[in-house]
Amino acid sequence: MQRRRFLGYLIAAPTLAVGVKLTADGVLEAQALPSPTPEVSEVYDLSDLLLDSTRPTANLITIVVNEDGTVSFSIPRAESGQGITTTAAMLIAEEMGIDVSDVTVTLADARPELLFNQQTQGSASVISIYTPVRVAAALARGQLVEAAATILGDEAENLRTTGGRVLSTAGSSVPFAELAAAAANSVTREAITELKPVDEFEIIGKGQRRDDVRAAVTGQKKYTMDLDVPEALPTMIARPPTIKGTVESVNNLAEVKAMPGVTDVVEISTDAEPGRGTTSSAVAVRARTFGQCIDAVNALDVTWGGGNVDDESDATILAQLRAADAPANLPSPGPLDEAGGVLPLVTEPATAALDGVGAVETIDEEFVFYWRSNAAMEPNVAIADVRDGEAEIWTPSQIPIVTQSQIAQVLGMTPGQVTVHVPRGGGAFGRRLFSDVALDAARVSQEIGKPVRLMWHRADECRAGRVHPMCISRVRASFSGTEVVSFEQRHTSVATDYTESFGDMITSQAAKLPFANELTLSQTVFLLTASVPYDLGAVALGYNEIFDFDRFATGSVRNLNNQDFRPAQELMVDRLAARMGEDPLEFRLDRVEDERAKACLETVRDEGDWGRDLPEGVAQGVVVHNEYKGSVAVLVEVDTRAATAEREIRGATTGPRVRKVTVAVDVGLPINPLGLKAQMEGGVMTGISHVFTGSLHLRDGNFLEGSWDDYRYTRHWNAPPEIDVIVMPPSGDRPGGAGELAVGAATAAVACAYARATGEMPTSFPIGHTKDVPFKVKSFVPPLPPSPVDGLTAYPTPSAAGPAFNPAS
Amino acid sequence: MPPHTFKVNGRPVTVEVEDDVRLLWVLRDLLKINGPKYGCGINVCKACTSHINGRAFNPCSVPVGQIKPTDEITTIEGLPDTVGADLHPMQEAWIDRDVPQCGYCQPGQIMAAVDLVKKVKAEGGSVTDDDIDEIRNMCACGTYGRIREAIKQGAANM
Repeated sequence: MQRRRFLGYLIAAPTLAVGVKLTADGVLEAQALPSPTPEVSEVYDLSDLLLDSTRPTANLITIVVNEDGTVSFSIPRAESGQGITTTAAMLIAEEMGIDVSDVTVTLADARPELLFNQQTQGSASVISIYTPVRVAAALARGQLVEAAATILGDEAENLRTTGGRVLSTAGSSVPFAELAAAAANSVTREAITELKPVDEFEIIGKGQRRDDVRAAVTGQKKYTMDLDVPEALPTMIARPPTIKGTVESVNNLAEVKAMPGVTDVVEISTDAEPGRGTTSSAVAVRARTFGQCIDAVNALDVTWGGGNVDDESDATILAQLRAADAPANLPSPGPLDEAGGVLPLVTEPATAALDGVGAVETIDEEFVFYWRSNAAMEPNVAIADVRDGEAEIWTPSQIPIVTQSQIAQVLGMTPGQVTVHVPRGGGAFGRRLFSDVALDAARVSQEIGKPVRLMWHRADECRAGRVHPMCISRVRASFSGTEVVSFEQRHTSVATDYTESFGDMITSQAAKLPFANELTLSQTVFLLTASVPYDLGAVALGYNEIFDFDRFATGSVRNLNNQDFRPAQELMVDRLAARMGEDPLEFRLDRVEDERAKACLETVRDEGDWGRDLPEGVAQGVVVHNEYKGSVAVLVEVDTRAATAEREIRGATTGPRVRKVTVAVDVGLPINPLGLKAQMEGGVMTGISHVFTGSLHLRDGNFLEGSWDDYRYTRHWNAPPEIDVIVMPPSGDRPGGAGELAVGAATAAVACAYARATGEMPTSFPIGHTKDVPFKVKSFVPPLPPSPVDGLTAYPTPSAAGPAFNPAS
Repeated sequence: MPPHTFKVNGRPVTVEVEDDVRLLWVLRDLLKINGPKYGCGINVCKACTSHINGRAFNPCSVPVGQIKPTDEITTIEGLPDTVGADLHPMQEAWIDRDVPQCGYCQPGQIMAAVDLVKKVKAEGGSVTDDDIDEIRNMCACGTYGRIREAIKQGAANM
């Protein structure tokens, strides 16, 4: 069989430089239009959409061979811990025959000419760069070999590359360093290359440590706030006490300006959706240190105007969600019609499923999922220098082109006057798809004419940050004997703001999607991601939402709808299995439709010792999930016994504990198993948080949480002592996505295990949310919790820490 | 502004700043020692964990006026020097296990781990899962499993 050939470009440069279109037409084969059956996401999912929306792009990503023989690549993606730079270095090293450590991958500034090709989301980075980066590397290798052929006096086809050298059959060799200039091109032209066959891979598929691991553990890794930008002094913001509130007046400006270290105090718009959304405002303070910013923010006497949702609380939102939820309409012997403004997507004809079945029993349930934060450890940060008609910005944006364009808009500049640098981020999780902080920084810098180093306080992130919207999921399943006849799931949510992330891409692809013209943006995202991995008879999925997209500051949170949609679904699958007297794992194995998913399930069954004897109060839960071109099965054991759940660690949310986790993951072709495992491990920790502890409480127009500890993400005391991730052998010749894959699955598995351990299925998440507000609510005015002064005597536990909280008691 | 003199990572420093500015900002904003990270500013996330006179503490919650001229502050940057090597055994374990994802919390995690191991060793024991459960340092990437392994590995070489 003839090997596929790929098109790239040799670029005129002093040393060897090659370029390739990132996911261009010449590289990727056209895909047939998807059919809307079975579930749309099985044939045309979010990663397809992201891939397709990148096809028209004409511009190049380039690999450069430096004079010292090392290789440089500037990747148009964010690196926030997910490991994409390490993966890219592995791809280049593999194709070129060079050590991974001799490849340096940096993050590209905003490049508007790349259009959709510069966004980091939807677990699509590896999928989208896999072939183009290899093509560029293969072209570079070919040029080095040709240059070496002359020097070595051998035919190019006899030469091979390894360890950064070109070797002849006779054993002589020449290092890349001596070839970098010789292989350079004087004119830019097209060139054709072939790729290394999968069966010759030596680096891909082997665990590789992160490219920045040493820098990270020695404190040398530079995050945005660590960058040396002269005169960019610390800046923070005094925000209104309710969501999207406004400044009416600042009553003690002169007094605050005179405080120690303070250089500037200025009112700014904090409108995060320039030109299309609601507006809000706040007061910014610039000072010599962040500590002095905090003090000045809290000293401000501001008359605040009302916010956007001042009358809303968890209870009012729940009532509105329930009112917007359409009535269920399965099982039904007739065609399914539109109901209550919701368009159900029927994936199997109901009539066929109902044909000849006997008496049908139905189970119904409603699940409630409260607000969640996707805050990373590094807060929202941006450095901005807006002077002399130019703006230079540093911020770890997941979508720097949008950041650049929005900044240009609010500053009254053209995008060409705005440079956006992308430092490595301290976590992203969808949060950095929004440019709020960069807009804040640009506005302040423009207003005062000085550079600023702007950081959101942790309290800002809880109360003015982006949240995963509160939602409900209703499930109705019907069965006859041991046959599932139908499964209907209707999801109703506070609107998710997708305008800055998926919005433009989906619009650009509207003609290719079977349903995009009929459904809203959020429904499109839902249908591209929601999946039912099992044969459950007639399946109907519906999505509805309340409010305009910007009523609350919501956004894409790691794994989108599946962090709620899948747990609700899997809990009902467990109930179906119980009603039919079947083992939960066998029930799933019998009905799972995908072979890879089946293999993952069998693997966790065997490696995780499914069905082993466990004491009363300890139980297992298992699920499988398909998304991002991959499958993952998660088996967990949850210990709800009193001795565990009621253990005392001061200030900790203890409660039931996940003791043991077994994950089997199949992403097609795993590039870096070590990094892939890390993504699964992190997804599990987030799933644990979603079930037990992590939520925001909405009361009278704002969230009560004001920091970590209030927001209870998984901590060491909640983390499972045993976690085993098994990377399945390659099942394909292309990699799938991993960053979000485990979140929904882990959330579902933990919820199922907890239900079996306690004998009671939870229907509200996280389980402790409605029980109590287990912390002292921090003040809204002044807006920031003051830093304590007892740090020399309060270690390890802060003196303000309360008793342990058990969400399940 | 009063001058404050103390030692950081073996080096004497003097800074002029108000007494009540928390040490974290003195280290980061004035001395440009960026290993200790800001995560909350109220001593709950522990991202800034460093050592004072060999014991862990959180500089976000200590006014610089409380630091005495004889106090020795150690940040992640100075940790290897405390064992006279390029890397502390805990850092080596962290690299070996490829612990970090985004890495932001890891300097604090390592400083907390070193303190914990020193404490249990001084008490004649060895570090247990229950000890590790009580570490308060937050990690939003969810690297807890690898941290647990790395602490045990690092402890064995301390």
